[in-house]
Amino acid sequence: MRFSHAVLEKNSIILLIGILLTVAVGGLVEIVPLFLIKTTIERVEGMRPYTPLELAGRQVYLREGCYNCHSQMIRALRSEVDRYGHYSLAAESMYDHPFQWGSKRTGPDLARVGGKYSDEWHQVHMKNPRNVVPESIMPGYSFLAEKKLETREIKDLVATHQFVGVPYDEAMVEQAVKDLFAQANPDSDYDGLLERYGEVNVRDFDGNPEKLTELDALIAYLQMLGTLVDTDVYGLEAKRQH
Amino acid sequence: MAEQGPVSTSKSMGAPGALSGVLIAAAMLSFLALYVAARTYSGTMQLHMVLIVAFCYAAMWWLPANASKLPAQVNADGTPNYNEKIVRYGVFASAFWGVVGFLVGLYIALQLAFPALNLDLPFTSFGRLRPLHTSAVIFAFGGNILLMTSFYVVQRTSRARLAGNIAPWFVFWGYQLFIVLAATGYVFGVTQSKEYAEPEWYVDLWLTAVWVTYLLVFLATLWKRTEPHIYVANWFYLAFIVTIAMLHLGNNMAVPISLTSPHSVIVWSGVQDAMIQWWYGHNAVGFFLTAGFLAIMYYFIPKQANRPVYSYRLSIIHFWAITFLYIWAGPHHLHFTALPDWAQTLGMTFSIMLWMPSWGGMINGLMTLSGAWDKLRTDPVLRMMFVSVAFYGMSTFEGPVMSIKAVNSLSHYNDWTIGHVHSGALGWVGFISFGALYCITPWLYRRKSLYSLRLVEWHFWIATMGIVLYMVSMWFAGITQGLMWRAYDTLGYLQYSFGETVEVLLPYYIIRATGGGLFVIGSLLMAYNLYMTARTAPAARRREAAASSAAAVPAE
Repeated sequence: MRFSHAVLEKNSIILLIGILLTVAVGGLVEIVPLFLIKTTIERVEGMRPYTPLELAGRQVYLREGCYNCHSQMIRALRSEVDRYGHYSLAAESMYDHPFQWGSKRTGPDLARVGGKYSDEWHQVHMKNPRNVVPESIMPGYSFLAEKKLETREIKDLVATHQFVGVPYDEAMVEQAVKDLFAQANPDSDYDGLLERYGEVNVRDFDGNPEKLTELDALIAYLQMLGTLVDTDVYGLEAKRQH
Repeated sequence: MAEQGPVSTSKSMGAPGALSGVLIAAAMLSFLALYVAARTYSGTMQLHMVLIVAFCYAAMWWLPANASKLPAQVNADGTPNYNEKIVRYGVFASAFWGVVGFLVGLYIALQLAFPALNLDLPFTSFGRLRPLHTSAVIFAFGGNILLMTSFYVVQRTSRARLAGNIAPWFVFWGYQLFIVLAATGYVFGVTQSKEYAEPEWYVDLWLTAVWVTYLLVFLATLWKRTEPHIYVANWFYLAFIVTIAMLHLGNNMAVPISLTSPHSVIVWSGVQDAMIQWWYGHNAVGFFLTAGFLAIMYYFIPKQANRPVYSYRLSIIHFWAITFLYIWAGPHHLHFTALPDWAQTLGMTFSIMLWMPSWGGMINGLMTLSGAWDKLRTDPVLRMMFVSVAFYGMSTFEGPVMSIKAVNSLSHYNDWTIGHVHSGALGWVGFISFGALYCITPWLYRRKSLYSLRLVEWHFWIATMGIVLYMVSMWFAGITQGLMWRAYDTLGYLQYSFGETVEVLLPYYIIRATGGGLFVIGSLLMAYNLYMTARTAPAARRREAAASSAAAVPAE
């Protein structure tokens, strides 16, 4: 019996099934192995989940749409490694729900921006980027320094990340609010925070100890980006130019 | 199918049952939304819930009086009683959202040239407005064009009235509500930050309900068809509808933080999320902006040229080839990243192969004009659609070139990509949509022709000039910046700071905004032309009526 295309043209359900089968193949072949092949994400030391303050800063980053202009993915190309540091490893974004690799560099890559500039630089830069980078075309975010950080959702946010597979333990969920405040206040008792997360920047990030602002959270997030994994251990020596 | 007799009796039975079901659903949804509105701390979510409640109440108020009786399936003369009202609404919505989306695009283009325009307010910064622009042009403008034309085409090519009485209107108004929820969400900072899929979980759920209804209305109309074959345009519409459903569900898998929070956490992360995102993102291009608009090409070009589709065989081959190959192309957005090499290479290979079926579609569209080439000179509407297919051919050649890893290392992350997207979006999607609007408006309003063909000429040339300025300036900007990023001096250091590679773009950004401005002007001319075409119709009908009654007098 010869196949005739008329069968598909005369029966909408057969056509529909045919389409579904046809479009399913590519996605299955490209996506499913990424969950099954163990080498997709290399095993590295140093990765830890975001602290509550960093996670809150990341929420600000998402909300303001920073990914529209900044990538967090250094490609394995000489000029990128020279400019930004060691190329990004898959492991470095394994706790990113969703990923923030971006698609456009209207501004520079931020995958390893952590520690590259001082907190003061970030404070000035966020207020008006042209005060420190005259040729910048980035919008000013002066309102972040004014806006009190919303903390009532942070515990649920950490718990939901735990639910989708980020290795937060029960104490991390329970102490989320406490840890969030502790990280921005060097005078507080932050031993618990360090015990739970290891090496963490603890300081008043926005230069205003009176108030925990969105700028505190955002700078805390930016200052840890790309700092968790010691890339020198994993091959390529990263030459950094500033 | 000869069941008109029985249908009319079951209609009167079925209508009240379906109506009460819809009313109960609306009431229940409104209670749920009221509950969430009362409990949530987020002002934006509260606003969204109030909008959903208003939508439900509007349905409960409007439907009993207007939807209790089903309209006739056929007219007195035996022709199908097509549902044209919903298509007319679609024309209006498409033109409106088009102009809005283009204007936002122009504004953010100007922000890149003059950053003071960000106003340093949260609601007006580039980071929030850019998703507003992309969603407005892709989903609001493009989506309404697809809804509107598919509702028209599936009825005509099936020779049957659109299935359902309330369902198609739920699709239309539900989709408009989706647009409003998404857009206000971005501006007020509610986003899940996945490109072209920014709406949060509850908006995604709403869209899912609308989309499934859309699929059912489309399929049910096909089931009512009195033509034995499903016309080629409908294959493309069907592929577009089901594939977008699959992509939407796969990419937006998220766990809400709580029922009363607008925020959610995507279940995928890192490299897998990147792959799934671009599996979605590239096929939003492939199935939303290509398959759906190829359907428009397959109906409107033959219709306007009054010629049959060039090759039936070619349409079969390129339909299945596009459907199969497009899905694989996503990884070309992730070259040289932490995505495994095998996936990158697969993505590149399939992207290059995709060139062939794309040009198969182009050839089928262009060659449909065989024997009617002279119309390119006389019919500006046909010319617009012809040029759109030429742009389609151009950008589906540029795309595979850019997917080659060596080329991509230069073109990625800079404005070359933006230029590429816009030659497809403005040239192909924009022009084929404008062509469809110019065709369908006089058909719907029973006019012999548009209000003004000269305005179409102006629109065509102004917009074409705008696209050329846009494309060329972005080529220059992208290649310049890409080369500067990788330039080394004689000592082996990078030659330019990042800031220097931004500074150099200013003239190109101004030229780009000028091009965009021309495109906006063109769209305003179109909106005026369509409005005048629709508006003058009743007067023309009145004149005809007067003429016929005057003619009737002497016969007495």
